[in-house]
Formats: sequence, structure tokens, C-alpha cells
Amino acid sequence: MVIDFPFLWESFTTLLNGVPLTLQLTALSVVTGAVLAVLLALMRVSNRWWLDLPAQAYIFVFRGTPLLVQIYIIYYGLSQFPELRHSILWPFLRQAYWCAALALALNTAAYSAEIIRGGLLSVPAGQIEAARATGMSGFLLMRRIIFPQALRQMLPGYSNEIILMVKSTALASTVTLMEVTGIAAKLISQSYRPIEVFICAGAIYLAINFIVVRAFAALEYALSPERRPAPASTADQPEKARA
Amino acid sequence: MDYLQLMGFGPNGWGYGMLAATGMTVAVALCGYLIGSVLGSLGAAAAFSRFMPLRAIAGFYTTVLRGIPDLLVIYLFYFGSSSVISAVGALFGAEGFVGAPAFLTGAMAIGVVSGAYQMQVFRGAVLALPKGEIEAARAYGMPSFLLFRRIILPQAARFAIPGMGNVWQLVLKESALISVIGLVEIMRQSQIGAGSTRQPFSFYLTAGALYLLITFVSGRGFRLAERRAMRGVRRAA
Repeated sequence: MVIDFPFLWESFTTLLNGVPLTLQLTALSVVTGAVLAVLLALMRVSNRWWLDLPAQAYIFVFRGTPLLVQIYIIYYGLSQFPELRHSILWPFLRQAYWCAALALALNTAAYSAEIIRGGLLSVPAGQIEAARATGMSGFLLMRRIIFPQALRQMLPGYSNEIILMVKSTALASTVTLMEVTGIAAKLISQSYRPIEVFICAGAIYLAINFIVVRAFAALEYALSPERRPAPASTADQPEKARA
Repeated sequence: MDYLQLMGFGPNGWGYGMLAATGMTVAVALCGYLIGSVLGSLGAAAAFSRFMPLRAIAGFYTTVLRGIPDLLVIYLFYFGSSSVISAVGALFGAEGFVGAPAFLTGAMAIGVVSGAYQMQVFRGAVLALPKGEIEAARAYGMPSFLLFRRIILPQAARFAIPGMGNVWQLVLKESALISVIGLVEIMRQSQIGAGSTRQPFSFYLTAGALYLLITFVSGRGFRLAERRAMRGVRRAA
């Protein structure tokens, strides 16, 4: 196979135009999804059935159905109701951008909620008991003891979720949004050269995900100083070991 | 037309269509899953190989396929095989674009993506084996294939079940994406129904419920399989 470098470069630069939209959709949905996810996770660990049950149902439904169904229900499905079409929400729900962002956010909230719950449950009971024994409770206990440790514990799982979200934004192309995959599909159907376009688009997604992985690894490193080996202090180190 | 009539099995109902589409979803997901199992086992075998290039290829495969959107892979397979078929068709005098069979390309695309995930599941399952068992088998003089068949496979299969269940759920949801290349599975059927009745919400909601039903039932199945596979394992209380 002869590689056509000018075409490859041209596809690459065209595809780069889709990167801002991909990143925007990811950021918007991850941030709003995280807020909802914290709420859902707290409902799950609340030990009150009337809070736990709705959260469980929400997570079951959003994890058990394809994201494509969720996007289509919001973008195409909601227009079935005239009441909604005449409501103040319609200027938003009419646009593919807000529908895709909403669907992505609702979807990631369900997955993230379970990751956050796992983090919350991973805090050793002894720590919470110790905090209670010293008189901490409620919000203070959450802020000082549970949350910092849960945050670090859930980082690896959460970085996986963000990578999934970067990939999921590709589905926004099915509702006419021109992000990287949307542009790729258009380029392929114009040029009939799927392999070159695929290589370029794939490289872009891999680069984005690589940055996400690295950023989270750095964050995890920064948040867990006690897991690092102790810095070699000059005081207790024998002279010859350093030589 | 009310909802029950719409989704019913009467003359104007879409019940049979949706039912057939559900069968198609399960069929294409199953095919893709099996292709993925083959690729996943090959990939895992390559990852454990002593031969460095094989390990590198396996690593590249699983990193790339897990890092790019499934939709892109589906487009690649569809347009890639279509352009090959069109080129072959042109040799025989056919003109223009000839689409590749959607079922085959869809199952292949799902297979290649899920293979990358299944590879990691299999790898983890093999790594979970106690090293001593393999060393003991070697000490008995078992050749590698016998060692694989008697010691590694039965135990790794057990450890792999939960991960395999997760990948199956992924595959099932991924199969919805094949609707973009025109295979009439649940999603595509819903699009057709929504277009001709102008009741998109009813159709997509039904589609969601059908997926939920399949994931729920198969989730139960995997849990039963796990319980059965684990029946000989003693767990610390």
C-alpha cells in the first residue's frame, strides 16, 4: 500500500477542527455528570431505602441501556410531546448540542456514582470511628476524613470513566454534531479512503486519552504522598551508600 | 393510536418487528462476542509469549482498540470492506458504491473491539492463578499444552467469568451502534418505526426497555454461571 502523505495531512488538519467540540462535550458532561454522581452516590450510601432505591433504579436504567438510546430519546423522542415543545426548555432541547451533552452527563453520572460509592466505602471503618470519637460528625467528618481518602481511591476508576466519555462523545455525531468522528464519517464518505481517515482520527483520540491518563496519574501521585518511598534523608544514610 | 396498540401484535402493531429486531440484536452481539473471544484468547496468548514482537503487537492491539471510539471502528469496517467490494465489483463491471453486508461487518467490528477488552480479562484471569500450581505441574513434567488444558484453562475460566459478563454487557450496548450502517436490529427498527408513526419517544423507550431486559436476563445468567463455577472454591468468611 502506498501512503498518500498529503491526503493524510489534509485529513488530519480537517479532523483537528472537530477536537474543540469533542473536548467541550467531554468537559461539559463530565463536570455536570460528576455533580449528579456525587448526589447519587450519597443517596446510595445513605442507609435510607427511600433514597437508596431511586438511585439504584437510576443507575440500573442508565447502565443497562445503550447511550445511543439515551441520546435518541432526548433528541428525537422528547419532540413527541407538544407540551414540551411549547415549554421554556425547548430552545435547549431543540439543539443537538444540548441534547447530546445532557445524555452524556446523565449517562456518566450513573457510572461515576458507583465509582464514587466504591471510593466512599473504601475508607476504613476505624478511621470514621476514630473521627467520631474525637467529636467530628456530619459535614466535617466528610470533608476532613472520608472525602480526601475516597477521592484518591476512586481516581483510577474515574480516569477510566473519563476515557470512556471521550470515546462516547463520538455518538454525538449521530445527532448531526460535527466532532472528530462526525468529520471522519463525512471525510470517509466523500473520499472513500477509510483507512487513512481512520488512522488520523484514531491518533487524535489516542492522543487525547493519553493526556487524560497521564494527568490522572500525576494527580494520583500528588494526592498520595504517604505511599511514596520516603525521601532519602542525608542524616541516617551511610556515606558509602551514596557514593 | 395508544401505546399498547402501537407495540402490539395486531395488524398495525410493531410487535413482531421489534421482536425480530431483538433477535437480530442478540444474534449480532453473540457473533461479535464469539469473534472477540477468539481474538481475545489469541491476544492473551501473544501477551504471554516469550517472543517480544508478539507481545508488542498484542499490547498495541489492546491499547489502540480500547482508546478509540467504537463508532469509528464500525465506520472503518463498513467503508473499508465496502470499498474493497466496490473495487472487486468494478472489475466485473458493476458501477458505483456497493455496500458491505451489515451483519458481517458489524459483527467483525464488535468482535475486534470486544477482543481487546476480552484479552485483558483473560490475561487477568491467568495472572490470578497461583504460581505454585504451574510450577508444580512443570515439576511433574507436564508439557505446555497439557499444562494449559489441565491446570490453566479450568481455573482461568473460573476467574474470567465476572469480567466476561462485563464485556458481554458492553458488547450488547455497542451493538446499538451497528444501526448506523443499516442493520435492522432494535435501534434501526425503532428509527424506522419512529419515522413512519411520528412517535419517536414510544419507540426509543421500548428500545431501551428491550435492552434493559436483555442485560438483566443475561446478567442473571452470568451470575448463575459464576456461582456454579465457584462452587468448589473455599472463601474466607
